[in-house]
Amino acid sequence: MMIFLVAFTKYLIPLIIQLLVVLGFVFTTVAASQYLGPKRKTAGKLESFESGLDAVGNARVPFSVKYFLAAILFVLFDVEIIFLYPWAVNFKELGWQGFVEMLMFIVFFTLGFFYVLKKGALKWDD
Amino acid sequence: MQAALFYGLSIVAIMCACGVVVSRNPIHSVLFLILTFFSISGHYILMNAQFIALVNIIVYAGAIMVLFLFVVMLLNLNKESEPHKSDLVKIIAATSAGLFSLVLVGVLKGATLPAYEGMMDSENGLVKNLGRVLFQEFLLPFELSSILFLSAMVGAVLLGKKNVQA
Repeated sequence: MMIFLVAFTKYLIPLIIQLLVVLGFVFTTVAASQYLGPKRKTAGKLESFESGLDAVGNARVPFSVKYFLAAILFVLFDVEIIFLYPWAVNFKELGWQGFVEMLMFIVFFTLGFFYVLKKGALKWDD
Repeated sequence: MQAALFYGLSIVAIMCACGVVVSRNPIHSVLFLILTFFSISGHYILMNAQFIALVNIIVYAGAIMVLFLFVVMLLNLNKESEPHKSDLVKIIAATSAGLFSLVLVGVLKGATLPAYEGMMDSENGLVKNLGRVLFQEFLLPFELSSILFLSAMVGAVLLGKKNVQA
């Protein structure tokens, strides 16, 4: 428990201070603008803004599956980026061997990327 | 301080997890799930597993939740179109869920957690140490995962894309 506590404070005190400053700034500014700014609520102002047009119907309509495809591809490449972090931190230590390893990994992803492009999966209108 | 943080995070996590289940609006469920992921990330940081905490926020709270949101939007969840479950279905669901929780409680009660043998290194979860292990000891699974991603990409495109022969 003691060792853990040392590790905890060693790595996280700067992080916690930054977190407090960031959160404090955000909440203070948002709350201050809420209280300091003048408000005049009218029916027109409280309506949700839809490019100046009157909102019609419900927002819960089924979306096109294209959005989902884009999102799923985003997740895959997001995970690829995640693997880059531990490699980048150890970049010098792993040397050329690590470079080749990462190159192989990225080549596979690039193959997939070209497949996606060739298939036109990211093309919006067809 | 640790205990206070742990209990605070646990309470937030459990409350948000309950919010996921209880809230009527599926979008609210997704938002509650994001909060749950954040509090679980806090737990990871408490265990000094910084990489997992980061990945949990970037991948789960960021990317996977976008997927969840799109799934919610793909489904037609208007109030009028929401199907009403019959009482029989409700009873069956409650019974099976209750039985499952019974099994879960029974298993957890009978389980013993063997003490961890050997040196416990509190810096195991740092990005540097994790990368060292990943790129040397677990190189093959790492490279294989790229093939898994490739197949996932192909599968997603095949399923999600209409086949138009130009």
